[in-house]
Order: sequence, then C-alpha cells, then structure tokens
Amino acid sequence: MSPRITAAVALRVLTQLRRDHRTAAMLLVLPTLLMSLLWWMFVDLPGAGFSALGPALLALVPFIVMFLVTSVTTLRERTSGTLERLLVMPMGKLDFLLGYLVAFGLVAALQSAVAVGTCVWLLDLRVVGSAWLLLLVAVVDAVLGTALGLLVSAFARTEFQAVQFMPAVVIPQILLCGLFVARDQLPRALEVVSDVLPLSYAVDAMQAVATSTDPVWGDVGVVAAYAVAAVALGALTLRRQTA
Amino acid sequence: MMKNAVVARRLCVTRGGNPVLRDLDFEVAAGSVTGLLGPSGCGKTTLMRAVIGTQRITGGTVEVLDERAAAPALRHRVGYVSQAPSVYDDLTVRENLRFFARVLGVPRERVDACVATVALGDHADRVVARLSGGQRSRVSLAVALLGEPDLLVLDEPTVGLDPVLRVELWSTFHRLAEAGAAVLVSSHVMDEAARCDRLLLMREGTLLADDAPAALLRRTGAPDVEHAFLSLVGAGA
Repeated sequence: MSPRITAAVALRVLTQLRRDHRTAAMLLVLPTLLMSLLWWMFVDLPGAGFSALGPALLALVPFIVMFLVTSVTTLRERTSGTLERLLVMPMGKLDFLLGYLVAFGLVAALQSAVAVGTCVWLLDLRVVGSAWLLLLVAVVDAVLGTALGLLVSAFARTEFQAVQFMPAVVIPQILLCGLFVARDQLPRALEVVSDVLPLSYAVDAMQAVATSTDPVWGDVGVVAAYAVAAVALGALTLRRQTA
Repeated sequence: MMKNAVVARRLCVTRGGNPVLRDLDFEVAAGSVTGLLGPSGCGKTTLMRAVIGTQRITGGTVEVLDERAAAPALRHRVGYVSQAPSVYDDLTVRENLRFFARVLGVPRERVDACVATVALGDHADRVVARLSGGQRSRVSLAVALLGEPDLLVLDEPTVGLDPVLRVELWSTFHRLAEAGAAVLVSSHVMDEAARCDRLLLMREGTLLADDAPAALLRRTGAPDVEHAFLSLVGAGA
C-alpha cells in the first residue's frame, strides 16, 4: 500500500466527478432538496414531524447516494479494463479501494455539510447534540455506502445488475432501521436481523445526536466496523488473475 | 545469444472445460519485435494475458524476465495494452497519463514524452471520449510506454489506424526493441507479419510456426505469410 497511489486514485476520481457537471451538481444539491421536501410535508402539521424524521433521513440519503454512485463507477472500472490495467501495475488493492473511499468521503462531507447546514439553520431541525456530530455521522454513513458499493460491484456484470443491488441491499435496511416500526416492536426474528444491519446503527446514532447529548461512539463504531469489513471483503474480490 | 524475456513451456489454459491454449512452447526475445499472428478467437489474447499474469494457467510454466509470470516484481517492468483501450473516457489524454504516471511513480516528464511518441500532442488536453477509436487506442498505448517497460505486450494495437500511423507505430516498436525491450505484438492482419523480427503463427490454441518471417517463407515456399499460414494448416490437416 502506498499513500502516493491512494492519493492518485482519489484525485483521479474527483477529477472525473468535476468533469461531469451534472452529477457533481446533483450530488451537492439533491440531498438538501430532499430534506427541504420533508420539511415542507410537515410544515402545516402539529408536532415535531420534521425533527423526528429528519435525522434518520440525513443518515439515509448519503448512504444511498454513495452506494449507487460507487457501485456504478467501480463496475465501469471493471468492465472498461482500467481495473485490470491498474492491477498489473504496482497498485495495491487497498490503494484502489481507499482511493475511492477518500474521494467519495470528501464528496459526502461536502454534500452532508450543505444538507445538515440547511436543516439546522434554515429549516429549524431540532438538534440537542452537536450539529458537527450530525455531520460526522452522516459522513461515516456515506463511507459505509461507498464501501458496500465497492463490495457489491464485484457481483454485478452489468450496470443494470449493479443498480438492482440497491433494492436488494439497501431497501431492506431502510425498512428495518426503525424508521417505520420501532426496532424493539418488530417480530423477534426481524429485530435480530435489524440488529445485524449497519444502517440500524447509523439511524440510531443520528437520532441519539438529535435528541440527546449522549455519546454515540458505540453506534458510530459499529457503522465504521461494517465499512472496514466491506472494504476487506472488497479487497478479496479484486483479482489480479482470472480463470 | 539473445536473451529471452519470455519463456513458456508446455503452457496450457483451459476455460470452462475447453482447452484454449494447448501445450505451447515459445520464447520472446529481448531486443526484438515478436509478432503473434492468427485468426480472431485462436487464443492470442489468452496467451498475452498468461504472459502478463492476469490469466490463470492450468498447466506448464511461463517465465517473464526471469521471474514467474504475475510476480509482483514485474509490475514495474511489463507494459500491457489490451485490445479495447483501457483508459478513462471522461478524463483528458494528459490527465489519464498523469494518473497512471503517479501510480507507476515515474516523473511527470514521461507524460509529455509518451504523448509525443503516439503523436497525440495536439490532442493532449482533449477528453478521451471525444477522440476517434484509433486515437483512443494510442492513448492506451501511451500509458503502457510510461514506465519504459522491459517487456511490452500489445494486443492488436494497430487496428483501425490509418496506414501512415501504422507505419509510424511499427517503427516506434522497433525503436523500443533496439533500446533493449522485448515487444510482443498480436495481429490478425497477416500483412503486418513482415514487420516482425520473429513470428508466432497460431491457430485454435496451438502454434503452427515459430520462425523469422523470411525463414518461414523459405520453409513453406509461400509468397507471403498468409499463404504460409494456409500451407501450414494444410500440412497439419
């Protein structure tokens, strides 16, 4: 592994994104627009609807977006032959994966900063804990999305398949993360499943920051551990040799 | 005696139960251009991938620059150009080369030198997606030249190029060979054979001939490589 090569990959991915103006603009603006939509839905209703759901959505959006973007871009890298070319060069598998994580982590930080800032200062999202912590958790979630995207792209041969991994891998996690039914009220079997899904911890962490000043490092640690595991498995799927 | 950059012995590759390469013995000499010729689908790409180490082999041995093929030490010393250009369409020519130069750890000056070698100086700041197919494959070739490899493996690098450029690229290959590199070039166009120092003629996963072009013509009594190929197929049948 070499920091020089990791940085080269990250820089290249960011240059590619910068070239693609439409994608870059959508990455920056869409999450904020979605948060604004959520705020608008609840604006005439009594109660704290936006403040109750907002933090969870702030966890979900970067996770989903980065999952999709990463799985498609790395699949493109596999099918265009550039990955094979890199792997016959002195490139460590981790250089490749970490380069992507760094690049998309930075994009996620920017994206979430805009979204969190808008929510807290313009849309009056109630946050008891620190807004910085909200941002940090959002970035860790995005890194998890990137890591899972890197992993699943190994199991897709076409972009259609890659996109299908979103309903397969992401939507069950959204359903079971406690947003629709509190996790402790789920049927026992599903509660156990939701206990092993990383997004549950991401949403827990977001809600904890929003409603308390309790430390959330346990939940954040679980999310980060899943990201590390996904990258490690992802490294196994990068083959320098094929049959 | 000329040193061999590649030595393959009883090389076999089986894919999905079908033999793709059958018991191949061949060498690629340093300081020369070796042509790998044969019809589409005869196993040329598989052979090249076995040499660069991305193809798992099912039998025999391949030694590259005195190492086992696929040895990590070779990653700085072997350049490979796949048939489809493996570069980033959404980056400019220069951005592509800079990125690969950083990965290889070669100085920035190599970027301009390699752009010039493939005659893309006027297009260096254009996005690769806007280039023609031939220009794109030259970008891919330029990437392979960055690290000044001791072994250059080129899979059909001259497809779709205009004749003038083809002649120029062949003289580039010979220049690299004169500087000491081993160059292995595949082609399905038999008339490119005459430009090689040595020929490997391939058909259905086996080698029909391993000879210098002139010797091959003398041995088969054929007027050109295409007829030599036919006469060898006939002799084998």
